[in-house]
Amino acid sequence: MISRRDFLQVSMAASAMVGASGFGNWARLAAQQALSQDQLLEFDTFGNISLIHITDIHAQLKPILFREPSINLGVGANKGHVPHITGADFRKAYGIADGSPSAYALTYDDFASLSQAYGRVGGLDRVSTVINAIRADRPDALLLDGGDTWHGSYTCYQTEGQDMVNVMNALKPDAMTFHWEFTLGSERVNEIVENLPFAALGQNIFDAEWDEPTELFPPYKFFERGGAKVAVIGQAFPYMPIANPRWMFPEYSFGIRDENMQSMVDEVRGMGADVVVVLSHNGFDVDKKMASVVTGIDVILSGHTHDALPEPVLVGKTHIIASGSNGKFVSRVDLDVRDGQMMGIKHKLIPIFSDVIAPDPMITKLIDEQRAPYADQLAEVIGQTDSLLYRRGNFNGTWDDLICDALISEREADIAMSPGVRWGPSLVPGDDITREDIWNVTSMTYGEAYRSEMTGEFIKVILEDVADNIFNPDPYYQQGGDMVRTGGMAYRIDINKPQGERISDMTLLKTGETIDPAKTYVVAGWASVNEGTEGPQIWDVVENHIRKQGTVSLTPNNSVEVVGA
Amino acid sequence: MEFSRRDTLALGLGAAVLTVLPFSVSAAAEDAIAEFTGGADMADTGVELTAPEIAENGNTVPVEVSAPGATAIMLLATGNPTPGVATFNFGPLAAAQAASTRIRLAGTQDVVAIAKMADGSFAKASSTVKVTIGGCGG
Repeated sequence: MISRRDFLQVSMAASAMVGASGFGNWARLAAQQALSQDQLLEFDTFGNISLIHITDIHAQLKPILFREPSINLGVGANKGHVPHITGADFRKAYGIADGSPSAYALTYDDFASLSQAYGRVGGLDRVSTVINAIRADRPDALLLDGGDTWHGSYTCYQTEGQDMVNVMNALKPDAMTFHWEFTLGSERVNEIVENLPFAALGQNIFDAEWDEPTELFPPYKFFERGGAKVAVIGQAFPYMPIANPRWMFPEYSFGIRDENMQSMVDEVRGMGADVVVVLSHNGFDVDKKMASVVTGIDVILSGHTHDALPEPVLVGKTHIIASGSNGKFVSRVDLDVRDGQMMGIKHKLIPIFSDVIAPDPMITKLIDEQRAPYADQLAEVIGQTDSLLYRRGNFNGTWDDLICDALISEREADIAMSPGVRWGPSLVPGDDITREDIWNVTSMTYGEAYRSEMTGEFIKVILEDVADNIFNPDPYYQQGGDMVRTGGMAYRIDINKPQGERISDMTLLKTGETIDPAKTYVVAGWASVNEGTEGPQIWDVVENHIRKQGTVSLTPNNSVEVVGA
Repeated sequence: MEFSRRDTLALGLGAAVLTVLPFSVSAAAEDAIAEFTGGADMADTGVELTAPEIAENGNTVPVEVSAPGATAIMLLATGNPTPGVATFNFGPLAAAQAASTRIRLAGTQDVVAIAKMADGSFAKASSTVKVTIGGCGG
């Protein structure tokens, strides 16, 4: 891992070998308040190969608002390094002016007011326009989807992913890897993948019984582009059976399997690959570690942790690209590959400003066809919000505060828990809350809201367990989500302590009493990974709560005290 | 996360094991190592141990060991009540000194492999396998 200054020096010193990154464009964009489609797409075609990376769409077919996190802590060697800087620190690191389009796209401050100026982001019809423009420059550009595509909306749930499959197929990807897709259940995933008109890759997708590679998910695929052989190796989310319900896909095993990744890199190099690209759903810190362990990877297209970075991060000789989430960004990566090696790279993170980039009418029509049978359900207004509703952040967000409030009041609980996922668009004060908005932050195939009794001791065990999945100093032991969100209780967390010692000062908010390890509390939550969980669906719980509120107003949540950041 | 009373109890018991720190080797494991090596020093290279970083299912964790030139490899789950997993012996005609098996882990702990080489020396490898409740990532 090198600092930005080192990166600049390296790219200048090696300018004959490694082309400039996209940061110049970002600085220019920042200086200009007016935006145009041409500016967003401006790119001097470089080298002989183009890659287009999109990842973690979470079934967002239409333009949305998406606020980036205000807190995203790194631990160990990653402390203070991208993507673990936010807000003003992030803008300073990349030379982004306050209030600029880039500030709005990449940082959280003044989100509600900037959203009035710059509007919505994403929409796969706008993404299509960007892809078409890149293909106009380079007709054989490779489109690579990093996964978390067939999950995350009302229509995706109702059609078991078919709406996303139909629209993505029209964009003609060349390869894809996976995570939440498997929560459709292995039978449905197999059915879709068997008919997929592009490669479904995962060197770490194994048969659970025999611990052997599967036929349905090959490790890699070769593409002939620009006179060179491009090997694309897939890396699915390593911890699917742990972070998501294993019983939904019992035939499959995952894991990081970096020794097998090294074997695959060696194998494709032996077969004459001129350049090796890994399409990854590891998460950024895991990709950085993998790049330091595995030799011979030129580019990692990184997904899962939803980071959007305007420059590649260089680890050894591997360039790592992070392309954001929810359809908000597309990365274009041009490569100069000659004589069996990568001689240069040029990159641009393209923000999909929905009001600036013209929609591709064919894709707009296709999207509307997917949504038409559900139009009335999607559009129904359940309530309004006076508060900014967002999810991202290590410890809490207003969407999950609202979900926890709903769980406590609708399920008559002392304490509520909401999973630390990173998907789900934002709403700004004054917005209507539609049924679609509620599903965008809750939709999943295991959304039952449980109600259970737990001892204070066990609640601490849960918090310690989840905290170690985020703040273990070794990225290979991190699962890439955020801290479980809690309602009705306060606690203190020292992120640098070992598991078992991070959480202290647990307090029940309604009485102000310290949580007693031996006492039993009623806890409501959702998204249990265990089979047979019973309860109403979380989206119904939240809808009922919002209906009763009419207009939602949330007070700032200061119940988590963070130490060691 | 599921929280029926029975599971809560079961996980509560597991939680006691979770607090065992990685790299702490139990007295029973130390005894087993001493018996196998006779107290000899162990080299840090020569044994390759492949285990998942986080167990998908703590009841059946796939583990592979390989030590070219070994006559025997002992495998230990150092945090289990009974640490001994297996000792693989290799005769002179064995094509490869490697083995794979599945083990049950009571909680987060180090899995250790110790190889006895043909010249009587010993080598060791160790890997931390985490057993977690899971369920909140994404």
